[in-house]
Amino acid sequence: MVQAAVTAPRGGVRQHPAVRVLLYALARLAALFAAVVVGVYLTILVANMGGYVDQIKRAEIREQVALAVSLNEQLRRLPADVRERVAEEMVRNEERRLGLDRPFLSRSVAYLRDALLLRLGFAERMTSDTGSRLVRQIILDRLPATLLLFLSAQLLLFFTSVAAALVLSRRYGSLADRLVVALAPTSAAPAWFYGIFLILVFAAGLRWLPFGGMVDAPPPEGKLAYAASVLRHMVLPLSSLALSSIFLSVYAWRTFFLIFSSEDYVELARAKGLPDRLVERRYILRPALPTILTSFALGLIGAWTGAIVLETVFNWPGLGRALYQAVGLYDTPVIVGSTILYAYLLAVTVFALDVVYAVVDPRVRVGAGGQG
Amino acid sequence: MRSSLRELLRYPSAVAGLAILAFLVAVSVYAVVAIPYPEAIRLWSGGEAAWPRNPRYARPEWLNWLWGGRLVRTLVVTEAQGATERELGGGVRELRYHLPFHYPYQRFPSELAVFVRADYRDQAPQLELVWAGPAGPEVHLADLSPRREDVYRLSADGELRDRLGGPPEVVLFSAPDRAGQARPGTYALQVRAFLFEPGSSVQVELVVYGEVHGLAGTDHLRRDLLLPLLWGTPIALAFGLLAAVGSSLSTLVIAAVGAWYGGWVDGLIQRVTEVNLILPGLPILIMIGTLYSRSLWVILGAVVVLGVFGGGIKTYRALFLQVRESPYVEAARAYGVGNLRMVAVYLVPRAVPVLLPQFVTLIPGFVFLEATLALLGLGDPVLPTWGKVIEDAYRAGALYVGHAYWVLEPAFLLMLSGLAFTLLGFALDRVFNPRLREL
Repeated sequence: MVQAAVTAPRGGVRQHPAVRVLLYALARLAALFAAVVVGVYLTILVANMGGYVDQIKRAEIREQVALAVSLNEQLRRLPADVRERVAEEMVRNEERRLGLDRPFLSRSVAYLRDALLLRLGFAERMTSDTGSRLVRQIILDRLPATLLLFLSAQLLLFFTSVAAALVLSRRYGSLADRLVVALAPTSAAPAWFYGIFLILVFAAGLRWLPFGGMVDAPPPEGKLAYAASVLRHMVLPLSSLALSSIFLSVYAWRTFFLIFSSEDYVELARAKGLPDRLVERRYILRPALPTILTSFALGLIGAWTGAIVLETVFNWPGLGRALYQAVGLYDTPVIVGSTILYAYLLAVTVFALDVVYAVVDPRVRVGAGGQG
Repeated sequence: MRSSLRELLRYPSAVAGLAILAFLVAVSVYAVVAIPYPEAIRLWSGGEAAWPRNPRYARPEWLNWLWGGRLVRTLVVTEAQGATERELGGGVRELRYHLPFHYPYQRFPSELAVFVRADYRDQAPQLELVWAGPAGPEVHLADLSPRREDVYRLSADGELRDRLGGPPEVVLFSAPDRAGQARPGTYALQVRAFLFEPGSSVQVELVVYGEVHGLAGTDHLRRDLLLPLLWGTPIALAFGLLAAVGSSLSTLVIAAVGAWYGGWVDGLIQRVTEVNLILPGLPILIMIGTLYSRSLWVILGAVVVLGVFGGGIKTYRALFLQVRESPYVEAARAYGVGNLRMVAVYLVPRAVPVLLPQFVTLIPGFVFLEATLALLGLGDPVLPTWGKVIEDAYRAGALYVGHAYWVLEPAFLLMLSGLAFTLLGFALDRVFNPRLREL
């Protein structure tokens, strides 16, 4: 990513390396921020259907006002034209309250500004578990559930697969190795797909584990019992996440390590008689570090994109399901709020990776130009 | 190319993948030829009305092999016997006959219904239906005044259920001494019809719904699942292939253009790639499905557009930057090859070995994406697809009730097609990337 994205300051003057790094970092930051702005604006446009959602809302306001007027005894007694005028006034007030009196384009820019400043505002229909309409509260309510599930899945899977891959690369061609290679294609299916199987077998068939949700209803008393219940509910979603990716990622890492261990300098180190552990650590893992880091960080961020479906299947009260509900309810602020959160997280991660790359990989020569 | 193919066939995984693919293509061709598109749509979106004589939630018939033939098959009784006709005076005729049938099972049927077809001008005939078991008293079922085409569903008749003290399909087949078991034997539906017009007639058909149906079973709307399973195949293959072709080819061309022209073109492409990275893909697809259109082809377009500036661009770009420096490109430039021709003829073909395996391994992702969207309720409203079957099953609670066949059949086909492409892709990867070959 870095190699491709280095935007070197042009001009022949040789600068101090620190200045160059700083300039590079600033340029990257600016580029990433621009990407966030454009990406979020596009999301705002899509989520509002380019302004069409406004018409839906306007029609709804009219309907509500008409209903309110017809139910109101005092208003009903007024002459028709006066009543009409009162209704018009109510519609206009409501539209002004929601900002619908301004053209969509100017409002979309305001949305963008608010989003970028993380002023997430109020949801239109959804409420948080505590009854709050604050988008921030809705997201904060749901975030821990998503983090709990996907963070633990990602950590578990990542370290297991890298460790397993190292072991396999040490003795490739063994039965275990061939098994993993043979099973790698099973990762073509997404996690929810395995989730359905697991529910069929372990929840519907054997009745060992719950169908879904995060905790028993009613929640058990006591911290320990609560944690145990949550753990029990996590088994199936975690296993389906594991099933859907573990073989492929072990296979990919194993192949990756094998490619690195067939480099000449590794052969040389082995020929020198260095112990295997040392060769592994210094000559295989060290140069592979940037890739490992990238994959780990992007995997961490990307994990929740699969959350929408998995959380729906397992009834997991996380951000993914909230987002799905928000789309169904045309609740733009919630959609934009979770998008901006994701965009910022991603941008920060990519930027951090760029910097880390420059630190751990001496081959990335910042600003050296002419790289590939 | 031919040598690559020969080499490919040396991998058992490639042969297996190709064999599965050939099977899926054969199924697709059969589906499209045997059930024409409009017919498929009519049957699928017509719901219950298109399949009135199919049982609900029926398991596939081949399961009867495992059950030793104990599962009930649907019986359609049309043959009337012992018809007698009597003039009652005043133009009224009485018609009596019965529909006998042999019921060999110890399990209960899933439902009972009487299909009536009456031919009359103004005044509908009156019907009296009576049930006769192998032993025991006759049971009066109902008096009907049917429309020209009518269905009387015994199992949905609350009054009858109350009178019998249980679901009709159970009580009518029970023996008093053996609870929970149907009594095999000869049953009959007795019909007494009063016709009020000369030349009018009435035909009655009894349907004893079973528990199994066809090769694939049925769903909650009595639809034969074989239809979506068959028709889902060409749709899944087409969606996967088109999405993969669309996104990977355009990605390749764009990467080549960027690498060749360099400068601001390259910069712009990279910025767009970054924006695309920020965009939340699945939520956007969900929004498009919810707000704009749920047509599979609109979604396909969106998938391609989102995929054009995907992560693959960086890989291809790195490759093209290398190729750009190679001597043959320099030679081509020396004898004056134009920019466009350079990209199309000299650069893009060089990436095919990298593209092909990636392209093939992309396909299952798209096939499953269709199912994912369907599961979220954003499947195409008219097309019978595998994903729709899974969605229906999921919404109808098949996971919880234990209608496993309903989920497992489309899942099996999804898995099969996913496996076919991945197996093939893995083998292609080894053929075209010799570095992987010995690993």
